[in-house]
Parts: sequence; C-alpha cells; structure tokens
Amino acid sequence: MASAHARIPRHSSARAMLRATGLFGLAFVIFAAVLLAAGKDPIRAYRDILSSTLVDRYGFSEVLVKMIPLMLTALAVAIPSRIWLINIGGEGQLYMGALFATWAATYFAALPAWELLPLVAALGFLGGGLWAAISGVMRAYGWVSETISTLLLNYVAILIVSFFVFGPWKDPESANYPQTAEFVAAARLPTFFGTRVHLGLLIALVAFIVYHVVLTRTRWGLEIRAMGGNMEAARRSGIAIGRYVLVLMFIGGGLAGLAGVGEVSAIQGRLRPSLSPGYGYTGFLISWIAGGNPYGIVASALLMAVITAGGDVLQMAHRLPGSVVNILMALMLFVVLARRRVP
Amino acid sequence: MHNVEPLVALRGITKSFPGILANDRVDFDVYPGEIHALLGENGAGKSTLVKVLYGIHQADTGTIQFGDRAVQIRSPHDARRLGIGMVFQQFTLIPALSVVENVALFLPHLPAVLDHGVIARRIEEVSGRYGLAVDPWAPAWRLSVGEQQKVEILKLLLARSRVLILDEPTRVLVPHEIDGLFRVLAGLREHGYAVVFITHKLPEVLTCADRITVMRGGTVAGTLVRAEATERGLVGLMFGTAWPEEGSSRREPIRESARPLLELREVDTSGDGVSLRQITLTIAPGEIVGVAGVSGNGQRELGDVILGLTQTAGGKKIIHGQDATRWSVDRIRRSGVAFVPEDPLRMLIVPPLSVLENMALADTRKYARHVGLTVDWIAVRRDLEQSTRRLALEMLPPAVPAGTLSGGNVQRLSLVRELSIDPRLIVALYPTRGLDVRGATAARHLLLAMRNRGAGELLISEDLGELFSMSDRLIVLYRGRIVGEARPKDTTVYEIGRLMTGGVAGG
Repeated sequence: MASAHARIPRHSSARAMLRATGLFGLAFVIFAAVLLAAGKDPIRAYRDILSSTLVDRYGFSEVLVKMIPLMLTALAVAIPSRIWLINIGGEGQLYMGALFATWAATYFAALPAWELLPLVAALGFLGGGLWAAISGVMRAYGWVSETISTLLLNYVAILIVSFFVFGPWKDPESANYPQTAEFVAAARLPTFFGTRVHLGLLIALVAFIVYHVVLTRTRWGLEIRAMGGNMEAARRSGIAIGRYVLVLMFIGGGLAGLAGVGEVSAIQGRLRPSLSPGYGYTGFLISWIAGGNPYGIVASALLMAVITAGGDVLQMAHRLPGSVVNILMALMLFVVLARRRVP
Repeated sequence: MHNVEPLVALRGITKSFPGILANDRVDFDVYPGEIHALLGENGAGKSTLVKVLYGIHQADTGTIQFGDRAVQIRSPHDARRLGIGMVFQQFTLIPALSVVENVALFLPHLPAVLDHGVIARRIEEVSGRYGLAVDPWAPAWRLSVGEQQKVEILKLLLARSRVLILDEPTRVLVPHEIDGLFRVLAGLREHGYAVVFITHKLPEVLTCADRITVMRGGTVAGTLVRAEATERGLVGLMFGTAWPEEGSSRREPIRESARPLLELREVDTSGDGVSLRQITLTIAPGEIVGVAGVSGNGQRELGDVILGLTQTAGGKKIIHGQDATRWSVDRIRRSGVAFVPEDPLRMLIVPPLSVLENMALADTRKYARHVGLTVDWIAVRRDLEQSTRRLALEMLPPAVPAGTLSGGNVQRLSLVRELSIDPRLIVALYPTRGLDVRGATAARHLLLAMRNRGAGELLISEDLGELFSMSDRLIVLYRGRIVGEARPKDTTVYEIGRLMTGGVAGG
C-alpha cells in the first residue's frame, strides 16, 4: 500500500511489548556507557532510580502523577494516527486546554464543585480539541499538512498562555511572578491517598477503554480501521474522510487538553507559563514507540515517567545534571527510529 | 525484404507466471536500421517479451541470438553490455540532478572524477544529430515529459546501445511531441539503429513502423511489413476473428419510456491522467451499456466521475432523475449505485480487515445497531452468504484477512460485496478479470440477470467478446472522448477495434 505519510507501525500487542522491551534494553545499555564515562556506577544509578520510583510508595505516586499527562498526550497522538494523521501538537493542545480550564475556573468560581469541575474539564477538552481542529480543518481541505501545522501551533499556544499570565490574568498578589491567581477549592481536581495522584488517572484509563472499544466494536471504529488499512478503498466506499480527520483531531486534541486540565487544576492549582516540561512531545514519543497500541502506551508511559523521575535521583544522589536523562530519552527515540529500515 | 542478418533473434521464447502463460513459443527478430512495432492488447504478452530481451525476465525456454552468437541475458546489465537499451513508461531520471548528471549516471565505465563539460559536449553532439535537443545543464525536474523522454533516449545512445526498446513511448506525449518522436526514430533508423516500439495504437504503427509484429494471448498472431498492413488486417490480428455470440437470445426489449437511471450531459473533467471531454451518456433501467476502449483512455475517470470521486469540470450528472453533480460518494452509493472497480485490492478491499469486515463496509449505516455503537455481524454474514450463493461462488472464509486472499478471490469478494446491496445501477470495470471460466460465466450471468430485473449497467471491459455478448449498446472511449456508439448487432468487431485504436468511424 502506498501511503505518502510516515507511518506509525502497528503490531499485535505481545509483539509490540517484546519489541519495545528490547529497544529500551538497548537504550539503557548505551546510557550505562554514558554514565560510566561520567565516572558513575551505572548499576548503582539504575538501582537508585528503581528504588526511589517503583519501590518507594511516595516515589511511585509521583510516577503515576507524571504518567497521567503522558498517557493522555500519547492518546492524542495515537487516535489521529489510526488514519495516518501525525499530530505533533500535543504540547500546544495541552496548553490551550489549560488556558480554557483556567478561564472556566476563574469566571465560574462561584459554582459548587460538582458543577464547576465538569465545566473546567469540558472546557479544557474543548480548548485542546479546537486547537487541534484548526489543523484538522486545514488538512481536510488539503491546505496544510497537519504534521507541520500542529507543530507550529505549539509555539503559538505557549505564547498565548504567556500573554495571559503576564498580562490580563496575572495575579496582582504574586509580586512579579507570571502566574494567575490560585484556583478556588471547588475547581481543584480531587487527589487520592494523600498523594498528588488525581482524578486525571481515572479519566485517562477510561479514555483508553473507550478508545479500545470504539475501535474494535463500533461502526465508527470499523470505518477508522478501513481508512487505516486502505484509504483509497475507504474513499471509494463512501466514508467521509474529511469528517473523520476533523473529529479524530478534535478528540485527540481534547485529550491533550485534559492533560492540561490535570496540570493546572490538580498539580499547580494555577496557570503558569512553565506548565509542562514537554509532556506533549514525550507523549508523541510514547505513542510512536507503542505503535498506537493501548497497552503499549500505558507501559511506555510508565517507563518514561520513571525515567523523568530518575532525572531527579541522578541529580540529587549522583550529582549529575538532571537533564542527563534527556540523553536517555534521545537514545530511546534513536533506537525506535533506527529499527525501521530505510527504503 | 531483408538481406542482412537480424541483429537480435528470439526463438521459441516461452515464459509463464503463476496462472498465466505470458509468452508461448514466440519468435521475434530485430534488424539493424528498422523500426519494429510490437502491437497488441494489454495482456497480449508484449511487455513480457521485451522484458525477456532486456534481461528483466528470464525465458523458461527459448534462445536469444545476438549477431552470430547465442547469448544469455540474465540481467539488464547483460543487455546493456550487448547494446540493448530500454526506455520504460515510468521515466527513471533523478529530478534534482541535471541532464548531464543523469546521463553520466547511466554511462558504463564512469570515471571517478566527472568532466561535466565533456559529457555536455557529447550530449549536444548526439542530440544535434538526431533532433533530441535539450539543455544539458537543466535540472531534470524542469523538463517537460517530452524532454524527459529525449533524455532517456540520449542516455541509451551515449551508452552505445544499438537496439532501443521503447515501451509505449507515445502514451505520455501530446500530438506534436509524437510527431517529433517519430522524426527522431526515423533519424535513428537512418543511422542503423534498431528500434522496438510497443504500442496499441494503429495509426502510429502505420505512420512510423517498418515492420509490425502483432501479439495476441501470448503468441505472435502475425508479423507484417508495412506495405502489407492495413488497419483492418491489424485489428483482425489483434482481436482475433472468432467471437462468441452467446447471450443475444436473452435480450428483452429495453423499456425506452422509462426514466434513465444515469444521465451524463457534456461532462468534462480535468486533473491527472486522461481528461474526459464532452461525455454524454444515458443508462436506462434494464440496459447494459458497454464501454470499449484500450485501457488508459478515460475508463477509470468515467467510473470515478459517476462514483462522485472526481468532480466534474463542466456538464451535468443526473442520477435517478435528480441532479447529482455535487453529490458525495456516500450519497451516490446509498442511492443504489454499485461499483466493481478495476483494481479491487487497491480500490475496494482493506487488506488487514477480515472478509466479513470488508463486507460490512459496503454499507456501514445499514449494519450499524444502537446508532453505531455496535455492528450487526449476523446480518453482515447473512448478506455475505446470500450474495455468494447468488453468484454461484464458493463461500469465502469470513474471518480471514482479505489481504491474504488470492487475486481471483479478491475479485470474487469485490463482486459479492458490491452486488449484495441489490443495486439499481451498476458500474463494473473489468468485472471478470482474474476469474476462471466458471467464475467469469457466473459473474456475467449475474450481471445479465440483474439487468433483466431492471438494473442499469455500465460495463467497462477490454474483452470485446464479453462486450458484444453482454451489451445492449456499445460506446467507444478514445482519449477521454466518446468516439463511437452503436448497437452490437449493427456493428462489427473490426469497426469497434478501429475506433478503439484511434481510427475514424466509417473509414
């Protein structure tokens, strides 16, 4: 089949897991060499990372906290990728979701929590969704490739958020800090077990189940799989491809917007320009590694969350710069891309 | 006529591919200083024969004599070393490189350091001699199709080829470029080159060829010198003369008064490939309109316009009496229009989905339950079985991915799926291609039965026998225009064949 687009390869889940495991193993081995070169004991470093993330109760809760936006932004990539759309705009969609959510939390602050929270979440979804739908429209009409437009709109979204937090929405009480006023308690997503793990985790897991069920059981899933399997045949069978481009971009962007909701409403409690340390891009990496497979996304998100948290460990316990884990992430991307043969 | 020895002589070439005998004991000679046209329908075995000569295919049996010695041509590399070169339908220039660089890449014994100036001078010298003028320094992407073809020929000449094979060289050219190409070929002939030139257009053959070999069904139907050749004689050789007259007894009168199912009024299209020009066509209930034509003359475009995949650039499309010019594919299909596409694996089947899932794609709205939250697979399966039974085919395994089916079964699935909706209008492109005799007969019977029940059909086929036996009316497409229309009983295969290959009606 001749598809002009780069393709996220799909596999059966077992094979995808096996494959991802092998690739990650390779990346870890190379990173170990980097640690050795920096004069550190890689085995100790890995052991420290593990013991402070997966084994430690607080550490694990922080891993889950990071997994929430990663899973949602990965889904934001995976869903449009079923019909060969490449959404690199998770980061911008996350920011627009946060912006819309902040607006709702500020202007409807008087509402009770059971009305305000759904409103905040819905507007966050809408913000991210509309932002992605811009690219969807431009693609559906054949004006601009969504790959380019989603990427570029990331910068626009971040600048829009900056405009609001430096300007009209700036909290007058926060001296020179560019941030909005703190959300009212009714606009804060509930957290569990005294940790920062919040309701977003449940939302993300529900989103996975819905994604899976829609794709495998419904009429729309059948049409999506038809487009993914043979776009030309789908067009000739009368499937409204433009409509799906728009809807899948909207849903994907909406989920990234929900990731933004979680960050402002549960983690930060206010809108700041430094809302996300690149969750949108890491989500893209995760989706790519997992080949769009739901289980693979959860597993990869877990791994990426551990690595991100591991950066703090390396910084504190091994006196390495925290950004050293970026090397590991880059290695992951590298081995993932390298597995595909150049035609 | 020739008192010289042939440059290349192919003897008893037989080549089979799984399921078909592409060449059956073919003899073929190429003399120096001649233009030798290889004429035949698609699938007649022309391409296979020249690919054997150029070393892309190896013959199962048969010999190739080059000059006075027997040779083995195992690869295009071997062929080029012997001085045999080929210009493909798809040009092989690298767009970013200049003409000089493209030519240099093709030359044998390329030195490590290229002197572009030397190559450019050689290009100019050779191109001046044969009327192949191109700017050697132009990047290939800037060249027109005609110029690209010149560069392809220049590549062969500079690589010292003596036998030039051109695979349908006129297909991509506009008329004045065709004249130019023929002048180039005539010049090459004067200098002793041998030119083998594949085509299925009769006027071209009669204009420029010295000798004509006609292939049909994998064998040589005849080799003529030009003086002996007439359009009528060539058509007879190309299409054969024995035509099955089955089916005529099944005809019943067309209900002339009935409102047409489909009307095209002066429809034009623009875009890639062939553009349709001023197509006016009606299909009434209970009528099969056959479309004859050499493929690539607008058949696919005609189907796409009716399907709504291609927008019209002018004219009107009326389906069931309603203006459907701007209807979507979905709306047209839902109005009871079925399409049997020319290449089902690419245009109809979704390979990773199962047979059953592919079946459901015929009409997902119909099979949806609970507003689309679930799909009624039992109904899909029932329709699959029912439609299969009506076609008298064997049931396809429902759970198997469609991409793993054989070519014939893909064609069966295509028919089963499209005819399951009980269509009022059927557009069928080559519906029996890839089917065995029994399957093809069953498909024809079904199409006739649907016609007798009142469906209208547009039958696009390359099989003139099929068209004559099935159609109530025939139209001929040539370069995007309808160049002839007749009832099968009022015309002959010769007449239709001449129109198909660009001849003028009545001549």
